[in-house]
Amino acid sequence: MSEMNPPENMNSNGYEVPPEMRNNIAITTLDKIWNMGRRYSVWPMMFGLACCAIEMICTAASRYDLARFGMEVMRPSPRQADLMIVSGTVTKKMIPQIVRLYNQMPEPKYVLAMGACASGGGPFKEGYNVVSGVDKYVPVDVYVPGCPPTPQALLHGLMKLQEKIDSESIRTVRWYQPGGEEPIPVPILGPDIIDPRDFPKFKSVKAAPAKAETAAESAEAA
Amino acid sequence: MTEQAAAPERELTALEQRFPGVVTLDERKGYEGHIVQADKLIEFATALRDEMGYDYLSSITAVDYLTDDEEAESFFELVYHMYKSTGGAALVFKIQIPRDNPVVDSLVELYPGADFQEREAWDLMGIKFEGHPDLRRILMWDGFEGFPLRKDWKEPYYEEDAKPFGNRWPGGQVYRIEDKNPYGKNNQYPDGFDPSTWKESEDPKLYEVLEKAAMEYSEDIDTEQVVVNLGPQHPSTHGVFRMAVRLDGETIVALKPVMGYLHRNHEQIGERNTFIMNMPFTDRLDYLSSMSNNFGYALAVEKLMGDKATPPERAEYLRVIMAELTRISNHLWAIGFLLNDLGAFFTPALYAIEERELILDIFEAVTGSRMMCNYFRFGGVARDLPEGTEQKIKDLVLERLPRKIDELDLYLTENELIRSRCEGVGVITPEDAIAYSAAGPVLRASGVPYDIRKADPYSIYDEFKFDVAARYHGDVYDRYLIRVDEMRQSLRILQQALKKLPKGEILNGKNPYQVRVPAGEAYGRVEGPKGELGFYVVSNGKPNPWRYHVRAPSFINLTILEKMCVGQKVADVVVNLGSIDIVLGEVDR
Repeated sequence: MSEMNPPENMNSNGYEVPPEMRNNIAITTLDKIWNMGRRYSVWPMMFGLACCAIEMICTAASRYDLARFGMEVMRPSPRQADLMIVSGTVTKKMIPQIVRLYNQMPEPKYVLAMGACASGGGPFKEGYNVVSGVDKYVPVDVYVPGCPPTPQALLHGLMKLQEKIDSESIRTVRWYQPGGEEPIPVPILGPDIIDPRDFPKFKSVKAAPAKAETAAESAEAA
Repeated sequence: MTEQAAAPERELTALEQRFPGVVTLDERKGYEGHIVQADKLIEFATALRDEMGYDYLSSITAVDYLTDDEEAESFFELVYHMYKSTGGAALVFKIQIPRDNPVVDSLVELYPGADFQEREAWDLMGIKFEGHPDLRRILMWDGFEGFPLRKDWKEPYYEEDAKPFGNRWPGGQVYRIEDKNPYGKNNQYPDGFDPSTWKESEDPKLYEVLEKAAMEYSEDIDTEQVVVNLGPQHPSTHGVFRMAVRLDGETIVALKPVMGYLHRNHEQIGERNTFIMNMPFTDRLDYLSSMSNNFGYALAVEKLMGDKATPPERAEYLRVIMAELTRISNHLWAIGFLLNDLGAFFTPALYAIEERELILDIFEAVTGSRMMCNYFRFGGVARDLPEGTEQKIKDLVLERLPRKIDELDLYLTENELIRSRCEGVGVITPEDAIAYSAAGPVLRASGVPYDIRKADPYSIYDEFKFDVAARYHGDVYDRYLIRVDEMRQSLRILQQALKKLPKGEILNGKNPYQVRVPAGEAYGRVEGPKGELGFYVVSNGKPNPWRYHVRAPSFINLTILEKMCVGQKVADVVVNLGSIDIVLGEVDR
């Protein structure tokens, strides 16, 4: 374990550890220990959507070697995964499943939007079956730009995620709050995709159809 | 050239004599083929297949000729491309049907390969095929409102009919299209739609069809059957693909593929884009072999543009080099992941990916991108080889890859486990392969030596010596072997091309920002790594294509999946799917 070289700042300020014991003993906070354990064992879900999935597989393969970050254990089941790499275009037909998978992941859970499509629709944003960004439905922690991002870019995104994990505290993360987290309502496949959180909006749009029209007109005018 | 052009005309006269009053020549400028009376379709197609030998239905697509002109008539046109499985040029025929009642006879009985393509035309264009056994939506879900590829259908983020769009920064104020939508999302609903009364259906039609198919599978004893859904999130489906399977114990009695989870509206976006803007989009079809996709699209548009877009010789060689490198990298990936599906998790794939990375290095050096190359232009290629790259390709092609392919062959081909797991699994007879419009390695592994590079040569493939790989058992093992064979043949082509690679221009004229494409239609097809990849483009002289259709080999190869799997064990389904080698970007487009 000593080769793993725990971060220099493992020891909390104000507590001196004799130099000969520094490799073995640290006086630290629970948060730091907790976060260190988690940052080196983020298990991604084996979940590929589109082109970016190919680069994700390449990242996990021998040349880029995701295992260096403790992340090589790709889990096909959401129940065993900590990180969902949304690698590719999110479509309306697929988004109910993605939300369901996200709900099934146990906390702590993170989402990494890989590539332009998952971040904001990308080149396919205008498409009638494309969700313009997975963050319209599930909270995203890290966005990685690129179309597709190179394996290096994905690794950089994962390192950013590790930084984010470092900065968390068990007392404040949202999933350890009293009552826990509500699952995200699963979108419904209707005449178009329906987000149950939009139900109140339907009433206001229906009550003021003229307003919707003007919005469409101004879009045309623009 | 003149002889080839004259040949279909003679045949046409024969056709017209055979079907007086039914078949007429398509005399619109820039169009080819002939127009067939809608009510005589079955009769005509039967004669084509049984008398004239056009046994391979390559592509069915529909075009919406909507016009504002009061004198002209709006109509749907169905375009059929037929080939002989022995080789030769296409026979194109069209059927025109009224826009307000788009009904046409289904060809599924005659050509089972029409199944998915007709469903796609129903899904996106709203054309009813009478006699189709299972006419459900295929890419969108049942219940979706509207037929998106009709010209009078507008998507929620609709801005203008054609790109480039107007100013996004009017008066220095940037806006996002989300701001214009009342829901802030890519959504729209019919008037008066109330979401609280909507009941989501759990695909009742799909399960009905499964049950019906299960009835046909005769068993002496009544047993309890279960329905299992593999996917869309499943590690063995190569992406977001779903198979609804009805099982009797471990035996498959019915299987229906469900797709569309990656349907990203390629064709509709392509009709908004200008011609050159579509090139990077084709990369994202079959994202493992972007160069081949570029090739097909460039061929189709160059056909329309005529002489001014003939690529110079060096460009032709570069195209062939890149396309063959793509084939090798694709087949490496396919073999690696077929082994994954067989249970040899990731180790063979790591060997394959290692070599693929070296090919990607070349692509990155030449085009600037590892996967999405966007390398072809109308009339040439975008960039010349940078310094030292030619040597790199030579080192790879002459020295390393032959050795590594032999190594892969040595480790895998005679492996006892692989043989016992693959031999005799998922057998396709040659007759079925042709009838179901299977293409590429799937067709050739069934003993039909049909390769477009030989059967209907394009570019400069007729200058190279290579053999069409064919195997004769039609099982998973042969589909594996054929990929090894094809890699070796690709190496042969590459070695000749590198030897002869001439110096000179790489682009006919200068790299255009906007190309002018004369009105007309064209179908360009290449032998992609997965099979026949065709692009059907209709231009009306404007900067955007009026119709842009992709004949995707992975999509059509899936038509035969059910036939391959029924009667086998559930573990073989995964292997069968892996041996077809699908890429979801191309299946769903």
